[in-house]
Amino acid sequence: MNEDDRLIGRLLGPEGPELTCDECFEQLDRYVELELADADADRVIPGMRAHLEGCPACHEDHDSLKALAAGE
Amino acid sequence: MEEALPFAPAFPDDDSDAWVAALRTSGPARDAATTRLYELLLRAARFEVNRRRGMLPHLRGDDLDDLATQSADDALMAIMAKLESFRGDSRFTTWAYKFALLEAAVKLRRRAWQGREIPLEPETWNLFEAERPTPHGSAEQGELLLEIQAAIRDGLSPHQREVLVALAINGVPIDVLAERLDTTRGALYKTLHDARKKLRAHVASKGMTV
Repeated sequence: MNEDDRLIGRLLGPEGPELTCDECFEQLDRYVELELADADADRVIPGMRAHLEGCPACHEDHDSLKALAAGE
Repeated sequence: MEEALPFAPAFPDDDSDAWVAALRTSGPARDAATTRLYELLLRAARFEVNRRRGMLPHLRGDDLDDLATQSADDALMAIMAKLESFRGDSRFTTWAYKFALLEAAVKLRRRAWQGREIPLEPETWNLFEAERPTPHGSAEQGELLLEIQAAIRDGLSPHQREVLVALAINGVPIDVLAERLDTTRGALYKTLHDARKKLRAHVASKGMTV
């Protein structure tokens, strides 16, 4: 992926339906637990992956929660 | 035929039930649980501060620890106010961590941008120019960017343009922009989402695929 791809991605955002930031926060712990259990998190919580691709802040929050919960 | 449900971990677990029961009770058991919860939140906040400390190279260890402590304080308040909303879809500790991580992340982003001007106009439109000094990508990408630039200029409302430019081009963190514009992360993301939808519709109308 080159610089233009990244810029286009940031400008156009993810394709398809996505959760809002509030819905993302609401579901984040459940989503992370499903990921850590190797369950199909994207099927259980549709729209989360797209939102994480489109929202850098929620993406960072997700990565931190997953890293912290994985260490438990 | 109905598909099998994907495997999902079993919650609520005994430990989570015990947390909620202890926090809902009163007296010494509740005090002890609150103390344990606070320690857990402080650990989570310090974890986030350590992960992101590169954003704030000028802050000393004491300042960073103050930031973690404030985050744990605020997270504890939020959790106690929302305890009844814990549905047991995850471990209680994972649910609680997300509050501390959010508080710390927002404080870190805001501190990193403290005193900095928020660029609401593109710092340079060179990003979109077909003949850029250093070619970044293909000719097709260049044409797509020119169409996107036209849609940003002509198809968005002034507010949508400011939000899109700040967040997607100039890299302003959404929490920082929300604070400066006196709004919420959710409201700004909705504006960004609507702007992106218009841009996608514009490039589709030109027969371009992304």
